[in-house]
Amino acid sequence: MTSAAPVRKKTIRFKARSFTAFSLAPERPLAAWLDELDGWLANSPGFFTGRPVLLELGNASGREAVEVVSALGKRGIRVYAIEADTEDFGAGLPPVLKGAKTVSAERSQDVDEAIGRGASEAPAVPEAAKSLMIEQPVRSGQSVIHSGDIIVLGSVGSGSELIAGGSIHVYGALRGRALAGVYGNRQARIFCRRNEAELLSIDGWYQTAEDMDLATRGRAVQAYLRGDDIAVTALE
Amino acid sequence: MAKVVVITSGKGGVGKTTTTAAIGAALARAGKSVVVVDFDVGLRNLDLVMGAERRVVFDLVNVVQGTAKLNQALIRDKRLENLYLLPASQTRDKDALTEEGVKVVIDELRSRFDYVICDSPAGIERGAQMAMRFADEAVIVTNPEVSSVRDSDRIIGLLDSRTLKAERGETMVKHVLITRYDGARAARSEMLSIDDVLDILSTTLLGIIPESEGVLRASNMGAPITLNEPANPAAKAYMEAARRLLGEDVPMTLPSDRRGLLDRLLGRRAA
Repeated sequence: MTSAAPVRKKTIRFKARSFTAFSLAPERPLAAWLDELDGWLANSPGFFTGRPVLLELGNASGREAVEVVSALGKRGIRVYAIEADTEDFGAGLPPVLKGAKTVSAERSQDVDEAIGRGASEAPAVPEAAKSLMIEQPVRSGQSVIHSGDIIVLGSVGSGSELIAGGSIHVYGALRGRALAGVYGNRQARIFCRRNEAELLSIDGWYQTAEDMDLATRGRAVQAYLRGDDIAVTALE
Repeated sequence: MAKVVVITSGKGGVGKTTTTAAIGAALARAGKSVVVVDFDVGLRNLDLVMGAERRVVFDLVNVVQGTAKLNQALIRDKRLENLYLLPASQTRDKDALTEEGVKVVIDELRSRFDYVICDSPAGIERGAQMAMRFADEAVIVTNPEVSSVRDSDRIIGLLDSRTLKAERGETMVKHVLITRYDGARAARSEMLSIDDVLDILSTTLLGIIPESEGVLRASNMGAPITLNEPANPAAKAYMEAARRLLGEDVPMTLPSDRRGLLDRLLGRRAA
């Protein structure tokens, strides 16, 4: 006969979770870096809303750390943790983390969302995505989402959008938004016979009409990624 | 074979109701039996432009809901005996229109008239979608101005997706009608050119209606401009558009600034 000790109910359970956080690496001088950040935020308001953000501070001093965290707080960016050479910045600042692993930002999905695309709703990219041929003009307000290439024989109206996992080819005037390579394809390109686009985006990097070189407007162009910039060059 | 034509635009204030009245009257004058239907439930105007506002008893919503017979709601025009108006309700809203009810009414109108001209409300919501739902053809009214053209592009997208014809895989016949065109301002590039508009909309042109004070005059008189001032350039352009709708091949003329030298010197305005 064995007398069993009463089984204690587990009241606290620990689970390990992993999230992808954005890591910001401020540079000295801080004022100039913040200026650049402000310019970027003006283009993508709400980008950091609800996203975990880490700071890479390297050999920053405690005073600098306080300065950065409060400057970001003013911009609505909440810092969850800090990576730095030091062990701890003390109370009042987010905890210091060690042993981070670099992950490629999840198939650039976050960047797509930041510019208003619900890429997460789209299906995952299939093995060999077929191209989608559209023989009609794409009208204002229409949204075409396809995992492969999108080919439009007519024009793409102002206020419409093409979202492709692959490249986008428009044989008429492109007056709407074109987002190519949205599942993380840096090789994707956008081609059009007449560039009057509101926005061109490849793999999450984008350029609005205002940023585009005037010399490329109204012309046959291609857009592709050069580093982290969208290059728009005339085809003729 | 009856034809149901929707007059639509997306944007408000571009001339849908004026166009409905003018083209409806022009078709009736050409000998067709015509009914103009006001789909702008809650903001009805077509009765005023047709000069029938004091004779409205029953309306589209009554017929759709079955509280009145079609015959009771139809108002015959006093000038043309083959022109009728089916007014909208001013006290209800667009939710009172059910798809089944509208279908019954349109089917009955089809059996009685050669042309059923539906005056769509502005916007892209229920009222506009009900107006276009059972149409065979569409006239998209556009001003030569960017916001109007973009809204028209949006409406064309809906015509190609949300209408019964589109859902059956048939193609909806679409025409662009450019209204309030001012030749002098177009020459100074203060307006989009006809070519720009047609390039953006990639749809065939039904007509170009010049800006004219006669249009407002006719509205206030409660008469379609094609009946009130048949010699007016805008009325002539509407009559030509109606002939094109009937399938005639009428050459397109660009309305030019027709003021004479004397008018210019005296500072009088055209039309």
